[in-house]
Amino acid sequence: MNTLAEDQGHAKVAAPKGRRSFVMAMFAVSGTVVGALLAIPLFRFATFPLRKTASEDDWSDVGLVTDFNALTAPVAKTITLERRDAWQVASSQTAVYVLPGSDGVLKVLSPVCPHLGCSVQWQDAQQKFICPCHSGTFAMDGTRLGGPPPRSMDTLESKVENGKLKVRYQYFRQLVSNKEPMA
Amino acid sequence: MSRHTTPEPETKPHLADRLDTWLDARTGVDSILHESLDEPIHGGASWAYVFGSGLLFLFMSQVITGVFLALYYVPSADHAHTVVSYIVKVVSAGSFIRSIHAYGSSGIIILLCLHIGQTVLYGSYKGKRELLWLSGCILMALMLCMAFTGYLLPWDEKAYFATAVGTNLVAEVPWIGPVLQKLVRGGDQMGTLTLSRFFVLHVFVLPGMLIAFIAGHVFFFRKAGAAGPIHEDPIAPKLPSVPFYPRQVLMDAAFAVVLIGLLALIAKTIPMDLGPAANPADTHFLPRPEWYYRPAFQWLKYLSGRWSLVGGILLPALLAVVFAAAPFLDRRLERRPWKRPISVGAFLLFLVAYTGLGIASYHDDYSDPGMAAQMYKQDADSKAFMESPFVPETAAGSIPAGLASADPNVVKGHVLFQAQSCSSCHGEAGIGTAAAGPLTGVGAKYTEDQLGALLHSPNPLMTAGGMQPVDLKTADLQALSAYLRQLH
Repeated sequence: MNTLAEDQGHAKVAAPKGRRSFVMAMFAVSGTVVGALLAIPLFRFATFPLRKTASEDDWSDVGLVTDFNALTAPVAKTITLERRDAWQVASSQTAVYVLPGSDGVLKVLSPVCPHLGCSVQWQDAQQKFICPCHSGTFAMDGTRLGGPPPRSMDTLESKVENGKLKVRYQYFRQLVSNKEPMA
Repeated sequence: MSRHTTPEPETKPHLADRLDTWLDARTGVDSILHESLDEPIHGGASWAYVFGSGLLFLFMSQVITGVFLALYYVPSADHAHTVVSYIVKVVSAGSFIRSIHAYGSSGIIILLCLHIGQTVLYGSYKGKRELLWLSGCILMALMLCMAFTGYLLPWDEKAYFATAVGTNLVAEVPWIGPVLQKLVRGGDQMGTLTLSRFFVLHVFVLPGMLIAFIAGHVFFFRKAGAAGPIHEDPIAPKLPSVPFYPRQVLMDAAFAVVLIGLLALIAKTIPMDLGPAANPADTHFLPRPEWYYRPAFQWLKYLSGRWSLVGGILLPALLAVVFAAAPFLDRRLERRPWKRPISVGAFLLFLVAYTGLGIASYHDDYSDPGMAAQMYKQDADSKAFMESPFVPETAAGSIPAGLASADPNVVKGHVLFQAQSCSSCHGEAGIGTAAAGPLTGVGAKYTEDQLGALLHSPNPLMTAGGMQPVDLKTADLQALSAYLRQLH
C-alpha cells in the first residue's frame, strides 16, 4: 500500500492525453455494459418488423351476395383497399369484376390485363372482355381468347362471410404465362 | 508509444497475449487501460463514490434507449401520439424500452440529488475544483432541460398541458419574456412547431452539450483527483491511496447492475402510462408536471402579480447563482460537515423546503374532493387508454374507411360532424376523447328519429358533460343522425 502511495501519490498528475483516453474508455465501457444488460429487449424492439404477421384485414367487401345472384354478365364493382403501413392505414379504391355464379359460387376477376396492366373492359355487345390497349380478348369467364396477353385474366381469392362477398385483392406479375402474385 | 520497433516474439504462448500485443501496437490500449484503472483513490474505495459513475450509466442507458425509440418516433403533432401508442401497444418490448427511458429520467434526478448531496456533505468541491463544480452545475441544468423537453414528446394530455404551463412561465422573464416564449413555442400557441423544437433540443442539442460537459467534468475530475474522505486534504492528499481498479471499479459496476436491474423491474411491473391524445379544447384537465418539478409548481401557486416575477424567476435565478458560486464563496479547506454549518445547513434547508413544497402539492391535489376526483379521472382515462387496442391513423388523402361507398346522406353527415366541431370532443370518427365519450354504437341504441331529437335537445346527463343543442335544419339533422348511427 505504501509503495503504491509513493508511486502514485499527489506528485503524479494524469496527463491531459491520458485523461482524454479515459473519457473515451469511460463512454465505451459504460455504453457496452448498459447495452449488454438491455440487449434482449433492445434487439426485440429493433427487429419487430421481422415478426410482424401478414395483416388479417386485407379482405375487402365487394357487396351483398344477394345482389350478385341474378347476374347474367360480368359486373364491375368498386372496392376499397386498406393498406396498413405500420401505424397508418391508407385506403384507396380499385375495381374488380364479379362473374355470374356457376353452381352458386361467385368468381371475382382482377381487371388488370396480364399483358401490360391496362384495365380490361367488359363489352356487353360482343360478350367478351377486351383490353383497350392492345386488343387482348378474354371469354366471359376470363379465359384468354386471343391477342398479346400471355395468360387468362387473374382470378382473385374470394369468400362469402355473413352474406357478404369478400375479395383479397392482389397484383400479379405481367408478361408471364403463370399467375405469380407480387409481394 | 515508444518509437523503437519491438521484434514480435517467435513463440507466442497465449492467443490472448498475442491479441493484446497486436491491438496495443495499433491502439495503445494498454496505456489507456493503465490510465483508466490506476487512478489513485486516497483513503480507499467507497460506496459513497458510486453516484457519479451511476449517473454516467443512466445517461448511457438514456442514449441507447433513446436511439432505439427514435426508430419509431415521428416528431409531428398529428403523428406523435399515434406513434408512441404504436410503440407501447404494438412493437415488441416497446412499452418496456419506453418505460426504461421515462423512468430513467427520474432515476437521473434521484442520482443527481445523491451525487450533489455527497459532494456538498463531503466538501468535495473544495481545493481548486471550481471548474469541476461549475461543469457539474451546467450538467444538472442540462439534465433538467432534458427532462422538461422529453416530457412533451408523447403529446398526450398531461404532456401537452404540463408543457403549456411550463412555457407560460417563460413569458414572465423581464423584457424579453413574450418574445422568448414565442421562440420556444415556435408561435403564440403550443403546436407542431413546439414539438419539433423540443424534439431537436431533446435529441440533438442537449445530448451533444451533455456529452461535451460530461467529458469536461471527468477531465477536471481527473486533473484535481478524487477528493477522498472528509478528513483528507483536498489539495495535497496525505492518506494512502489504492488504485481505482479493482475495488472501486467493482463497486461502480455492481451499482450499475443494480440501477439497470431496478429500472427494468419497475418498467416491467408498472409500465409507464400514456394518456389519451392531447385535446387543447379540454378545459377540465388539471396539468401536473413530473414529481421532481412538483415543488417548483407548488411554489408558483403561492405567488401572484409582481411576486410571480420575483418568486418565479428572480429568486430561483439567485439561488442558482449562489449554488454555482459555492466553491468561490466557501473557500476554506475545512471539509468536515459539522465544521461548515452554513453551506451544509443551507443545502439541507433547501432540500427540506423543496421536499415540503412537493408534499404540499400532492396534499393540495388530493385533499380537495373536486380536484381529487378529476385527478383520479385523469388516471382512469390513462389506464383506459392503455388498455384499449391500438387504432392506426388514417393516412392523408385516403377516404375515411367505410365512407367510400356509403350512402350520400352519411357522407353529408360526416361533413356536418366535422363542421359542427363534434369531433373536437367526441374525437375523429366519434371514437371519443377525454372530454366526451365515444359515439360508436349509438346506432344500436337509438333510432334515427330518437337520435335526431336527442341532438336537438340533449338530455340532462349530456348537458352536464358540456353537450350543446345541435341547431340544424331537419334534413341536416337526419344526415348527421345517419352518419352517427353507422359509426362502429
